[in-house]
Amino acid sequence: MTDITQTTIEADPKVPVIRMTREFRATPEQLLRAHTDPQLFVQWIGPNATTTRIEEWDARSGGSWRFVSSHEGTEYGFRGCFHDVRPDRIVQTFTFEGDPDGVALETLWFEDLGDGRTLLRTQSLVDSFEGRDAWLASGMESGVNEGYAKLDELLANGAV
Amino acid sequence: MTSDAEVVPVADTLSRVFAALADPTRRDMVGRLSAADATVNQLAAPYDMSLQAVYKHLRVLEDAGLVSRPLGPQPRMVHLEADVFDVMDTWIERYRRQAERRYRRLDAVLAAMTETETDDTKGKTS
Repeated sequence: MTDITQTTIEADPKVPVIRMTREFRATPEQLLRAHTDPQLFVQWIGPNATTTRIEEWDARSGGSWRFVSSHEGTEYGFRGCFHDVRPDRIVQTFTFEGDPDGVALETLWFEDLGDGRTLLRTQSLVDSFEGRDAWLASGMESGVNEGYAKLDELLANGAV
Repeated sequence: MTSDAEVVPVADTLSRVFAALADPTRRDMVGRLSAADATVNQLAAPYDMSLQAVYKHLRVLEDAGLVSRPLGPQPRMVHLEADVFDVMDTWIERYRRQAERRYRRLDAVLAAMTETETDDTKGKTS
């Protein structure tokens, strides 16, 4: 198995944006499906110790979504709109319901690299640097710290 | 979120750092200070601005904890505090690893999809 490029991240110093890239051994069509088919989406959105329940899911341009993640009995709701769903990109809004005023505008691009590989590029735009940095600090998904130590260990051992 | 109380101070630090670095002149100053300490006059030399304006930029960098001007012989040297970058890097790296973990789960889902599709194709041809 050849190594694939790990996630890269960039916090833009001029605009409150987080950009990430990640390469996948899949076609753009498969990657789009993994993001738009709710049964596939819940399998990976995680984090590991949480379960995700889809409450609303209409993955079409102009549709909306809502899912609830539970972790140790606490539920965290997330919702947003699919602004644009196209073969090469998804444009959507993202809100953590615990901070309903914080709305991120996310764009995901699926770039065909050929040979059954696709580059995923994502950009999240929030309305302030404070908001962006709070997201970075909270880990965005749930603010749960579980697993980092374990991951550090795995990364240190070269196991992942 | 319950963890907000704990993360706010660090988020504040980060906000000040990012805000301080949002300005191209201040980014340039930090870049030059990463090579060596400098006096305010040395720092100001390449810029077409008043010394007062340079001091204003320095104050923003100082408030963000990015630079310090330790007491000592005059003129005092401006010194880059690399620790603040470590805080920023730590948070960004943690966030990146969380995304990487999520994408590794996605890798597994995609691999299963490919397998199913291959099986389907086999089913159709046989």
